[in-house]
Amino acid sequence: MPSPSAIFILILSVALIAGGIWAGQNINLLPIDASINAPIYDELFKVLFSIGTILFLGILGLVIYSLIRFRRRPGQVGDGLAIEGNLPLEILWTAVPAVVILFVGLYSYDIYDRMGGMQPLAHNGHHQMEKTEERIWGGIGSGTIDSSTGDAIAPLPVDVTAMQFAFLFHYPQGDIISGELHVPVGQPVTMKMESKDVIHAFWVPEFRLKQDVIPGQPTIMNFTPTKPGRYPIICAELCGPYHGGMRSTVVVEESKDYQAWYSKNAKPTSSETSDV
Amino acid sequence: MTITVPQTNKQPSEKLQPTGWLRYLSFSLDHKVIGIQYLICGFIFYLIGGALASAIRIELTSPVSDFMARDVYNQVLTLHGTIMIFLWIVPVVNGAFGNYLIPFYVGARDMAFPRLNAVAFWLIPPAGLMLITSYFINGAAQSGWTAYPPLSITTPAAGQIIWIISVLLLGGSSIFGGINFIVTILKLRRPGLQLMQLPMYCWAMLGTSILVVLSTPVLAGTLILLSFDIVAHTGFFNPALGGNVIVYQHLFWFYSHPAVYIMVLPAFGLVSEILPVHCRKPLFGYTTMVYSIMAIVVLGLVVWAHHMFTSGTPPWMRLFFTIATSFIAVPTGIKFFNWVATLWGGRISLNSAVLFSCGFIINFVLGGITGIALAQVPFDIHVHDTYFVVAHFHYVVYGGSVFVIFSSIYHWYPKFTGKMLNENLGRFHFLITFIGFNLCFGPQHWLGMNGMPRRVAEYDPQFTFVNQLSSVGALLMALSTLPFLWNIFQSALKGPIAGDNPWQGLTPEWLTSSPPPVENWKGEAPLVSKPYGYGVNKEESTMESVDDAQGDNNS
Repeated sequence: MPSPSAIFILILSVALIAGGIWAGQNINLLPIDASINAPIYDELFKVLFSIGTILFLGILGLVIYSLIRFRRRPGQVGDGLAIEGNLPLEILWTAVPAVVILFVGLYSYDIYDRMGGMQPLAHNGHHQMEKTEERIWGGIGSGTIDSSTGDAIAPLPVDVTAMQFAFLFHYPQGDIISGELHVPVGQPVTMKMESKDVIHAFWVPEFRLKQDVIPGQPTIMNFTPTKPGRYPIICAELCGPYHGGMRSTVVVEESKDYQAWYSKNAKPTSSETSDV
Repeated sequence: MTITVPQTNKQPSEKLQPTGWLRYLSFSLDHKVIGIQYLICGFIFYLIGGALASAIRIELTSPVSDFMARDVYNQVLTLHGTIMIFLWIVPVVNGAFGNYLIPFYVGARDMAFPRLNAVAFWLIPPAGLMLITSYFINGAAQSGWTAYPPLSITTPAAGQIIWIISVLLLGGSSIFGGINFIVTILKLRRPGLQLMQLPMYCWAMLGTSILVVLSTPVLAGTLILLSFDIVAHTGFFNPALGGNVIVYQHLFWFYSHPAVYIMVLPAFGLVSEILPVHCRKPLFGYTTMVYSIMAIVVLGLVVWAHHMFTSGTPPWMRLFFTIATSFIAVPTGIKFFNWVATLWGGRISLNSAVLFSCGFIINFVLGGITGIALAQVPFDIHVHDTYFVVAHFHYVVYGGSVFVIFSSIYHWYPKFTGKMLNENLGRFHFLITFIGFNLCFGPQHWLGMNGMPRRVAEYDPQFTFVNQLSSVGALLMALSTLPFLWNIFQSALKGPIAGDNPWQGLTPEWLTSSPPPVENWKGEAPLVSKPYGYGVNKEESTMESVDDAQGDNNS
């Protein structure tokens, strides 16, 4: 028959695990999700947050309990217990973290794959494969989402140029140059990015995406916005004195609003070739 | 069979070395003097680096850049990072405590190369002074402590070059120290002392020194190439001349990730010395602790590219470094469980040293958990280069290493000076440091996840309140040094006499007078085969493990 303290420890452990899972599901620390891979990211975050909460509160509890329970009381002399180790226990706390880490690793691989991280990068908007194509590295995200639905939408190509201290967005279709990134909701966007001077980074917190913009080394990032709105584009790599001020905006619009913006800004000669 | 190894005095006699406080300003060859030199020099730089941190937190109380010029802000953050890493944590956890304790632990009278040891220390003050004065000459470096090109090539050259020279000097000092520790631990052990009988800090320093010797030369080479790009207009890392900026990042992080372990492994070792003494228990799981240190050393060398997940790395590389980084959590976890098990069933004195060590365990566990999260590529892609990362590494290096430095000062101050510190003041110091630290860096996790990048002087106004909260925490941390400094000075002058062994420790440094004599022991070095032989069930262990017989046998 188990001793009362064993039952108590069991209840405490279950409460801790349940509390961790509850915290992961209910405490939201992230901004709104506005791209296809943001909800996938949030799934991973919830799992990591649950595991982290259980681990942290568990160790915190053990340390505080030990400090109170095993403190030297006034007048006490002598040593504690002469325990030099316990092999089964040490194997246990090697094996359990190893299994947890293995689970986290496999799970985050799955997440990475679902975000499109393992797909070969191709900048679909560019007609011919450039010589440098194999040297193009990139962020997460696939240009063509979910081809299983049948009617895959062709991605919208955008060329991004970063410089101290601004982003420039060039739309090859329509030959538009803009300081703000306008994209229609639900349409995949594929961006080829290059810097003119130092390293910058393109980050939209609501998309949960970031990719460095590097001089002499084009990088690619793909995303599909899901919620209309204005979201900040933030430079995340120290790029000089005005680094903190290097921001822009991505405007995610309904299709008709985007079309209105597009036809207003497109160069007349090239507007007919547009297939958006 | 009895082997008698006479331990001869190879150093110049006491009279040739300066005595009194002047010896701390001299080219002393005594490892204890050099250790204290490292500690005091490091603490002075800690105060300077802390003042720079306060300047950053003042600037960030408002969302606009209004406290200092933008380029000055970048200089301040570059100096803050460089000073705290290269002039405070690395020299103190390695140089200060390593020099003071390692010769005691191996039963030697000094380090293997005392003169090299003194040279290693005396490289630090000029390097630090140069770094700080560069601000007044033509502006200090302003490309962050990472000095990524092309930014470091295009910002004013004078400050960047001085930064490179000073980091090269500090790296040289670190390599000299590393060689010295490896030789001392492996070759200067007292006859009869086995490797697996060494106190844990020796193992930590052995592992750390292997990392220092393997990786610091790579940083030196990289920075020399970077300086060629700046002064000779070569094109190693300059894309305008056909160079590649990513290569720099690989080379830089090949050193700078192990640098994290160079800062925390010695701290792990120090905690392993402090907890058993005050818990009156053996260190739990000695053997697994040794193997986990060595596992961290090996894994620590193959994880560097996790700093570059957004830089442009192919998918297979991202996955490899995710897996390698995640697995560091296993040996690290073993150490934490072993420390908790060391607390369990002890007779714990709740003094300042124990509180700071337990504060370290709590802070570092949180830093480790965010570290595992950051190792996952999809997670990192969102929070890389944000305040989430700032919070993470401050939990590791401040909540980890700096808490351990304070714990160690409380623990070994009686040995250093022969005086006791005021415990109530020490516990008060712990309380405001712990609260201030968590108030400063806890909320920064949220800032990073919600859109505040690091190294900015201005930010989205929605983050104002949380930044002000963080600045209040920083203020508490700044104020917490006052009771500490008062305690140090007051106790040195008027503190109660400590005696040789105020904590009844069993490790060799406690088996000599406080402060210890030149050459460490009046007679021969004691043979301590059970440095953690505490415990009520083994009455005999307390003194019999200390075999201070003259002319030992190789039992």
